[in-house]
Amino acid sequence: MIRNMSRLFFVRRNSSLALGRIIYSEYTTSNSKIPQKPQWRESKKKNKVKVDPQTIENLERLALVNFNSSAGVERLEHAITLAEQLDDVDTTGVEPMASVLEDRELYLRDDTVTEGYCAEEILMNAAKTCEEYFVAPPGNIPLSAQATQQASERTRKEEDR
Amino acid sequence: MATYIGKSWLSAVGKPVAISPRKLCSKKPINRWKESVRRHYSVNADCSSSHEGWSSMVGLEIHAQILSNTKLFSASKAEFMAPPNSLVSFFDASLPGTLPVLNRRCVEAGVLTALALSCSINMRSVFDRKHYFYADLPAGYQITQQRLPLAVDGQVHFNIFDERRKRPPSYRSVRIKQVQLEQDSGKSLHDEENAETLVDLNRAGVGLMELVTEPDLTNGTDSAALVRELQLLFQALGTCDGKMDEGSLRVDANVSVSRPGQPPGVRSEVKNINSVRFVKQAVDFEIKRHIKLLERGEKIQYETRSFDNSLGITVPMRDKEGKIDYRFMAEPNLPPLILHDNTTIHQSCQPLRAINVDALRDSLPELPRARRQRLADQYAMSLDVAYVLVNEPGLVEYFESVLQEDSTRYSKRVLNWLTTELLKHLNLNHISVSSSPLCASLFGELIDLMQRGTISAKTGKTLTAMIFDGDKRDLMEIIEENGWGLITDEDAIRQICEGIIKNSANTVEEYRRGNKKAINRLMGDVQKETQGRVEPGIAMATFKQLLESR
Repeated sequence: MIRNMSRLFFVRRNSSLALGRIIYSEYTTSNSKIPQKPQWRESKKKNKVKVDPQTIENLERLALVNFNSSAGVERLEHAITLAEQLDDVDTTGVEPMASVLEDRELYLRDDTVTEGYCAEEILMNAAKTCEEYFVAPPGNIPLSAQATQQASERTRKEEDR
Repeated sequence: MATYIGKSWLSAVGKPVAISPRKLCSKKPINRWKESVRRHYSVNADCSSSHEGWSSMVGLEIHAQILSNTKLFSASKAEFMAPPNSLVSFFDASLPGTLPVLNRRCVEAGVLTALALSCSINMRSVFDRKHYFYADLPAGYQITQQRLPLAVDGQVHFNIFDERRKRPPSYRSVRIKQVQLEQDSGKSLHDEENAETLVDLNRAGVGLMELVTEPDLTNGTDSAALVRELQLLFQALGTCDGKMDEGSLRVDANVSVSRPGQPPGVRSEVKNINSVRFVKQAVDFEIKRHIKLLERGEKIQYETRSFDNSLGITVPMRDKEGKIDYRFMAEPNLPPLILHDNTTIHQSCQPLRAINVDALRDSLPELPRARRQRLADQYAMSLDVAYVLVNEPGLVEYFESVLQEDSTRYSKRVLNWLTTELLKHLNLNHISVSSSPLCASLFGELIDLMQRGTISAKTGKTLTAMIFDGDKRDLMEIIEENGWGLITDEDAIRQICEGIIKNSANTVEEYRRGNKKAINRLMGDVQKETQGRVEPGIAMATFKQLLESR
């Protein structure tokens, strides 16, 4: 349903952006299933999600964010519980839509060099550089002394290879 | 550099010395090597006794850098060895607001390669994001094709050539699961001392073709032969330069071992193997390692390992804790990639740019395997010799242009000289066939001189060495100046032989007492005195005549 609606919107928007907006708003007002103001209702039957410490640790390493307080973890669990309500919608047989451009043909570019040769500009954004290189920490920023050790071991191994 | 590849492979299998086409009279086409032959070799060729009671499965992932001017999604240059971060566009550095624009050439190269591997092409394929967290991947994800790749269900047919030529070539075939387009990552240099990583994004975003095989291989030799065949195939197509030492072609090997008839064991993955020889070593090492662990009753853990080429072993690479979750998602910035054929090309909204699979299929060049078969059929040479010719880029063209000048030249001598003398000097000097100072017409002239008996084979070798050392003079000029023409006048030969007999009383005595081999010493003296200018057959006959008559 969601997919078809976006398609419709997209096709009409093509003819005129302004028209598209008008049609969209008409569409929303004429369809009672779509509320006029945003509202949120938690599904009752959902059990509260629990995140195990291992996953927290993984997430911390990936996101470089420290969740490690009970309030932070609770907020995360709450967010996941909310998001999981999306699973309540039955999408059987609906092909997922990744982009409103799905019915378009991908444009193909000629193989001619027109970009690059701007190392100076590119490196302007870097916090730290060395000669013409970006300087990054070894692997991810370690969260503990043990992680530091692991990281340097990994570095060594990668170098060995 | 092309010779370097050839050389590195040659050093893996041993030098192709002194091929005698006489011994290699097998004219049977490859496809007649029946299934039974294939099984015979896969059991006996490479499995030592310690492998008994185990069966191994090997699948490869091959990353081939697409030979193109620009990167996959940006118009910055795709080149090896440029100043750091000079070939980086704003998109490659993942600056906000930049969007991917697909390179037509990369798609063409992918389709050509997939066609050469008899894949079925997906006329509609899509791109996905695969998330990693590395400093050399600034977007935090790689654009690849996971759900619907460019092509699926292909097949590679290839032969295993026995380096010692004791066995006829045996046939193999490996299924290709899929061919997908994806971005390469940047390069990281690790500075351990300062606990820093230096990042160069020149390689970030270069187009890769990833080929995934089904686990149809069983050992290192076959795996290496497959990689070599693919390398030749890419070079024939011009879709990848195949330079493994520069990282244009990289191999990951998935290995698992189980009892025959049992479900496949837990696999381990050896990443980034960068030479054909190391593919063989890494796969064989992994198989042995699995068997050793399993025989001790231990469990194999899924892990990624890397190959240490100085020790010839594999070592664990990342932490063993579980597989990484790549959080695949559809790439929202790229509509589906639509390909066309003759029937749909006119429907495309970009008819001048759209890719016509039928047209690409028609443009496929002769592929290595077909080329070997053609050489074998057309010139009645064995497949092993054809293998050596095809193995060196440009050598087949060289060979055929020698024959084109004069088709009566074709002989065992031509093949012998190509596969021994010419290859030897090319390898010694690290040059490719195309830039050989001994060009095809000069080579033909040299062969003719030897064939006509104007010079000896020994002089031919000396001349070859001189040409490779930079002598640009006319062949006849060098020969005349040095007086290297063969002595054909019988009286002159007789005189030389008589002189030698006079000076070697002891040897002559020995010969007369029944040691017929003593004549070889006299022969040696003749060659020494005349610098090899007397045809050995004539000298031998003259000696015999002189010695018997007394």
